[in-house]
Order: sequence, then structure tokens, then C-alpha cells
Amino acid sequence: MQDSDSLLPLPSATFHILMAVAEEDRHGYAIIQDVAARTRGGLKLSAGTLYRSIQRMLEQGLLIESQERPSPEEDDERRRYYRITPFGAAVARAEARRLTELVRLARASGFAPGRA
Amino acid sequence: MRFYQALLYLYPASFRAEYGQEMATIFAQRRRDTNPLLLWIDVFFEVLWNALRVHADILAHDLRYAGRTLGRAKGFALTAIVVSALGIGATTAAFTMVDHVLIRPLPFPEQDRLVKLYEDHSLTCCKDYDVAPANFRDWKRMSTSFESMSAYRGSMVDLVGQGEPRQLVASVVTGDLFSTLGVKPILGRYFTVEDDQPDSAATVVLSESLWRGTFGGDAAVLGRKIVLDGNPYAVIGVMPDNFKFPTRDVLLWTAARWRPQDVSDRTDTWFYGVGRLKRGVSFEQASAEMHSIGRQLEQEYPKQLAHIGVTVEKLRDDNIPDRAKTMLYALLGAAFCVLLVACTNLANLLLARALSRRKELAVRAAMGAGRERLVRQMLTESLLLSIVGGALGVMLAYAALPMLAKLVPVYLPVAEVPQIDLRVLLFSAVVTCGTGVLFGVVPALRVCRGNDSNGLREGSRSGVGGRKERLRSMLVVAEVTLSVVLLVSCGLLIRALWRVQAVDPGFRAENVLTLRTSLPMPRYALTVARQPFYTRVLIEARQLPGVTGAAYVTYLPMVVGGGLWPVEVEGHPTPVSERKSASSRFVTPGYFSVMGIPLLAGRDVAESDRADGLLVAVASQSFAKFYFPNENPIGRHIQFGGAGNRVIVGIVGNIRVRGLERVAEPQVYMPYQQLPDGGPTQYAPKDLAIRSTVDPATLAPALRRIIREADPEQPVSDVRTLSNIVEQQTGPRRVQVTVLGSFALIAFLLAAVGIHGLLSFAVSNRTQEIGVRMALGARSGDILRMIVWDGVALAGIGIAFGAVLAYGAGNQLQALLAGVKPNDAATFASAIALCLVMTVAGSFAPALHAIRVDPTTAMRGE
Repeated sequence: MQDSDSLLPLPSATFHILMAVAEEDRHGYAIIQDVAARTRGGLKLSAGTLYRSIQRMLEQGLLIESQERPSPEEDDERRRYYRITPFGAAVARAEARRLTELVRLARASGFAPGRA
Repeated sequence: MRFYQALLYLYPASFRAEYGQEMATIFAQRRRDTNPLLLWIDVFFEVLWNALRVHADILAHDLRYAGRTLGRAKGFALTAIVVSALGIGATTAAFTMVDHVLIRPLPFPEQDRLVKLYEDHSLTCCKDYDVAPANFRDWKRMSTSFESMSAYRGSMVDLVGQGEPRQLVASVVTGDLFSTLGVKPILGRYFTVEDDQPDSAATVVLSESLWRGTFGGDAAVLGRKIVLDGNPYAVIGVMPDNFKFPTRDVLLWTAARWRPQDVSDRTDTWFYGVGRLKRGVSFEQASAEMHSIGRQLEQEYPKQLAHIGVTVEKLRDDNIPDRAKTMLYALLGAAFCVLLVACTNLANLLLARALSRRKELAVRAAMGAGRERLVRQMLTESLLLSIVGGALGVMLAYAALPMLAKLVPVYLPVAEVPQIDLRVLLFSAVVTCGTGVLFGVVPALRVCRGNDSNGLREGSRSGVGGRKERLRSMLVVAEVTLSVVLLVSCGLLIRALWRVQAVDPGFRAENVLTLRTSLPMPRYALTVARQPFYTRVLIEARQLPGVTGAAYVTYLPMVVGGGLWPVEVEGHPTPVSERKSASSRFVTPGYFSVMGIPLLAGRDVAESDRADGLLVAVASQSFAKFYFPNENPIGRHIQFGGAGNRVIVGIVGNIRVRGLERVAEPQVYMPYQQLPDGGPTQYAPKDLAIRSTVDPATLAPALRRIIREADPEQPVSDVRTLSNIVEQQTGPRRVQVTVLGSFALIAFLLAAVGIHGLLSFAVSNRTQEIGVRMALGARSGDILRMIVWDGVALAGIGIAFGAVLAYGAGNQLQALLAGVKPNDAATFASAIALCLVMTVAGSFAPALHAIRVDPTTAMRGE
């Protein structure tokens, strides 16, 4: 198994996609919408960035294509659903740890609000 | 929507196939809730950017993969890189040369408006004859096509007072020459019209290399006086290093400062013209105008200018002998042959590799890699190989250029060794990528064509379709064909070289040392001033141990070809059109025996032939034959140029004044004391020749000492043996043979590798068949014959094609062949024999491998 730290720091698009599929399998457009909603419209992934990231994440083993389909009335055959892998989850946790540590250091330097 | 679909084509096909539909869906959804204009702008740049990134991702991936697989096949990778380096290196070197000599503009602004001007003496000599200043002034005055017109000539000057006395290549130019050529000095100024008056102070412009080398690159040199030929000249400027006019070895320029007597005689030709056309005036218009001016002057001065016209030549085309052009094109052609052979070899290698990787490819295809991805992967690999090979090739070319520089004609105003610049690198890059793509894509497509599952089904046996082997056979045939062409061309050039080397120069070159003492003028302008110097040097030289003779001459043969004077025979009035000029030389007694030129009749010149005595001459056999057929020439009188009426007292053998490959004009020798004072001082004998029984090179220090003692301010230059001078005659030919020979050798070896590779591959694929044959009673000899015969059959076809093409190539090369016929049987026979030997040698190892096949093991594989 690959070391989960080896991919850090994650590109921000990659991290957002991992967060978007953390709880349920999603298709591409749903990921875009989820990321936009989560960031309150701050980040709107383009289709190209999304699928380029997805392609690389598939190669890296962060995601797999989900074989389970939603109920037929919701399903669109053209759509593919993506699911986070245990490795993907581990990498996301490692990235979150890295960022937390970074924020802790920023607080100590007075760059961020809160206790040092 | 369609536009978006079209934009998606920027992505790699595999990516598009995978995600294109979903991306289109997302786009459709976005279109519903976004401003269309903003959406389009956004989408356009977004697709562009991401497509590039996807391509880069794939490239990085493919490069890593190629690096890994090539690392596992080091032998293959190394062979492919060396093969492409050879092909690309040869082509780069040849293109650099052709570009340098024939294509690249000369280093003058708007050089296409520059022309050279000559007197046209086609009837008696040639189209590019020197110009008389008197005529040049009229051309300049009468013509309207030119923005400016200038004159120049080459000269040699003695520089004294800057270290050892030295003789330098210089040029005498009219005041407007630099502005005509449009080149600015890097320091100071160039001549003005005021510097070019008969009574102007003497001024000199230095070349950058002289300025840096001799004057330490010191800017304070401006205004300093330097002593040239005994006269002070004020330095006024320094020209940049890339200014090499009229020739590349020129080190300084002085102003012409024509005196009235220089522009009075219309037959006194000693300059050349160069002009800049007015904007909008075509070369043809200027040419036509100059022709009519020539006719006008001919009518005005019918006596002096009979049958003399004007020649206009483009500066770019001038000074490149046809032979140099032929050679360069031959070089380029040969390089392309090498490149083609290298490419076919590469294609063959890649094809063989692709076939042996069928299983791997089939597995990858089965795992979902699209055909486009596989082809792309293979292309990346072949491009990687050819780019590494290309870089190596450019380095090879760079290393080879100094040797090739011998093919740059001397009289071209450009640097001797060409530079590899951006254009050349671009050319190599195109050749490199072309090689990589063309010969990577063919095997890739061939392998990926059809159903990929075949590769899996055939299991461990890499099945080879007959068609694929046919393609490889064709490639091998092409290699043999091209190497036959190169071998024959090279063989013809070798024969030509031998033929030229066998030419009898008319003198014996062994054991003769030559050197030049430049006799600084005006100190040595008079015969009485020169005589004591000659006498002292010659007497002391003859006393050196081992020396059997010493003599002075005007110009050594093959060093200076010119020096032609018109001849008129008393009692034989010859019309101008039938007159023949003769080469004129002044010599000290004993010159013929030093040079080994046989005295055939009469006597040598003697010390008793003094200026106030009877004017005499010794003529060559060719002279006697031309002017006195069936008569005894001894005692006959001739009127020879400005040297007066002379009586012929001796006849000597002909020599090749103009080099081994040209029949020289008839020769006339006159006693050194009879050079008329006040006449052309450049005919004063300056070249010393010493014959010895010891190695002539060992005499040089003693001779230098003798000369220094006779005159400490006498520059000594051009110390070399006569054999050396004769060898230089064949120098360019030897370079040609070496270059073409190495190209031929490369192609030949590559073809051998090709045959070897193909047969080895065929044998390993036919192991079972061979096993069956042996089991059925075939003997080793039969198998051996079978395999070798396969090779010989391929080579035979290649040889047949090659022989036809080689005959064509030989015809193109005819100008270089010195009379060797392009269908020279010995050359063809040797080339063909070599090819057959190469084939048999190349097929032997695979054939031996075949007869070692053990029938039982081989058949178990079935």
C-alpha cells in the first residue's frame, strides 16, 4: 500500500473532490454542485478541471468508479458515479492533519485568530 | 453545443471517449443558468488549459513508461540512439555546410543588391577578368543603376615594428567600399573620399582579429602610425570580425589613392569592382546597362578594348566554383542517404521490437488502453529515442565541422568554420522529430491494426505474418540500395583522387624547401637593390650541408596561377581572338635544376643576362609548340607584354602552373636582372626554392638565419616544402573522399546490421520449420545455404536498384571525377563485391544459429 503522505500537499481541487464524495457516491455534476455549495459559491470547478483531476485520482487509487447504480428513476445511464477508496480517505485525513498543523503554526505567529 | 463538442477534440481521444459525454452534459446544464457570452469565454480558455494539462499528464506518464521499458532493453535503446545520431549528425553537418556556403545571405545589409563587376575577356581568357581603374571610372560615371560602385584588390603588405616583421594579407580599396557594402566599423571610422585622393595622408583600417592579436585590442591604436611596406600609415578604424571582404584571410585595408598614371592605361587591369544596385533596379537591368556601357567604351577605344565587355555577377553567386557546389550537393545527397538508411534501420528495429512486444501490447489493450493510447505510447518512445539520438547527432556534426570547413571555398567572404545556429538546430529538430514520428508510427500502426486479441491467442509464439516480414525485407533492400549508391560514389571519387595524384606536375617536388621573402618596397624596387640580397642569400644557402641548389622565382607553381602577359610573335601577326597569353616568371640561374624541370634545348638563363644586354627568355615546350609548330624556336623573337622584345634561348618542359587538374597556359621565364625597373614590382622574384639531399624541413632555421643576417627587416613567410604545396592540390579531394567515405561506411555497416537483424529474426521465427526440415533429413549445409541465400537474394535486389541509381549519381558528380567515367567498371565491381561480402557476413551468424537447431527441442514447441 502506498504511503498516504506521499501525495501531500494535495491540489485543492483534489481535496474538495474527496470531501464531496466522502459520504456518498456522486457523479461529476453533483461533485461540482457539492463543492460550490460547501464553499458557498467560492469554488466552481470547471468540467475540465474536474475530470482531469478525477482521471488522475483514479490512477492514484484515491477513487474508484462505483458499480452500484442509484434507483432507476434517478439514474442517468450516461453518468458515472465515483466512490472514495480507503486509501483516498487516508490521504484526505493526512491532508487535513497537515492543514491543521499549518493553521496552528499560523496562530502562533499571530496570522490567524484564536489561541496559539 | 456543437462548438463545445468540437472544442473537446483538443483533449486526447482516450480522455474524450472516457469523459466527453459527461462534460457535454455538465456544459448543457451550465448553459441554462449562465450568461452565454461569459460562459463561452470561460469555457474556451478552460478547455484549452485543461486539454494542455491532460496532454502533459499523458506525456509525463508515457515518458516514465518509455524510460522504464527502454531501461530494460538497453541494447535496443543504445542501437537506436546511435543509429539516429549517425543519420541526424550526417544530415546536420551537411545542411550546415550547404546553408553556410550556398543559402545563408552574406553578412552585408541587403546583400541581394550587391554585385561584382569584371571586365569580360571571354574571347582571350575568361568572363571574370580584372578591371583597369581607367575603365572602372568610366563605368561609375556612365552607369545609373548603382547607388554606389567601388573597387578593390588583394595585396600583401609587410608590417614592421610590431614584433617580428610579418607579411599580412591586405586589401587596397576605394574610399567608398565600406559604405557600398554597408558595414560599420566597431571602432573609429572607415575611409572617406578625402582619404582616397592621390595626395591624401596614408590611412589604414584594421580587422578586429589583427587589432586584438597584434595591438592588444587597445582603443588608443586610433591615430597611431604603423609601418607598412616601409611607409607610415595612420590607423583610423577597426572593422568587426564578421567583415571578411574580399576574402576571409584579409587583415587590413588601405585606400587606393589612384595617381593619374594609375588611371591612364585602359589595359592595366589590377582591380575588381563591387556595386550596390539602386532600390528597385533589378540585376538584369543593371546587367543590361553595363553591357551597353561596355560596348560604348569598346567603340570609343577600339584599340585597347577590342572584344572586351563588362560582366556583372551577383555577389552571392560569385566565387563559388561549380565544383564546390556539386560537392556540397553531393554531400547533402549522401547525408540524406545516410539518414534514410538510418531511418529504415530504425524502422526495422522498432518494427521488430513492436512485434516482439505484441503480447504486452495485447494485454494492455485488453485492459482497456485504447489504440490511440498505445500508438501514442509507442510514438513517445520512438521520439524519445530520436531526440536523444538527435542531440547526440548535433554534437557529432559540431565535432565534424572543422574538417568539413575545407570544403568552404577560400574566396567567399564568410567565416571558414560554419556555426551551428538556431536555423540549423531547427532543421535538425525537424529531421529528428520527422524521423521519430515517421518511423515510430508505421510499426505502431502495423502492430495495433486488426484485432489485438490475436497477440494473446498465439500465446508465447510471436507469430509473424508474411506481410510484416515483407515490409522488413523491403526496408533491408532499401538499405542495400542506398549503400551501393554511396559506395559507388565514394569509389568514383577515390579513383578520381588517384588519377589526380598521378598527374605529373612537370617538376620534381621531393626534397625542395620553399619560402617567401617579401622584399619590402620601395627599398627593393630597383634591380640593383635586389641583386646583392639575392646573391648573398643564394651563395650562403648553397653552402649549407646537403643543399644541391638554390634559386629565386617570381611565383611558385600552384601557389599563384596568374601573372599572364600577352604574346606577339615577330613575323606572325596573330588576331586578338587567336592570341594566347603566357605565364611570365623571372628567375635566377639554376631555377630549372632546383625544380627538376628538364631543359630540352638551348640554355638556362645566366648571370651574364644583364639588363643592358640582349633581352632573352626561356620558353616551355607548350609555348614552342603553339607559336612555332614545326620550327626551331631557339633564336626567334617575341614581344612579351611590358618586358620588351626578347629572343628565345632555351626550351624547358611544361609545368602545371595552375595546379594538377588544369592545363596551364604556356610558360615564359626571364632572367631576374631583366625585370624592367619602374615596371610591375610584384614580378620581382620573392620565392626561394632550395633542393637538398637531406630532409628539407631541417634547413629552415639555417635559412632564416641567413636571411636575417642579409636583411634584419626582411619578413620571411610561407616556409613549406614543395611536396606540401603539391599535396595541398589534392587536399579538398581528400576531404571529399574522407567525408563521403565515412558516410558510405556508416550506411554500409547499417545495412549489414539490417540484414543481420532481419535474418536473425527470421531464423528465430522459423525454428520449428528448420527443426522439421532437419528431422526430415535436411543436412546442415542445406540449411546454411537456405538462410544465406535469403540474404543474398535481398542484397541482389538492392544491388540491382543501387547500381542504376549509382550510375545516375555518378553522372551528377561528373564535374568532380577528373575524367573518371561514371560507369567505371572497376568501381562498380568493387562496390558490388563489398556488398555481397557484407551480406554473406551478415547472414552467417543467423545461419550458424539455424544449423545448431536441435530438431527435437524445436518440434516440441509445436
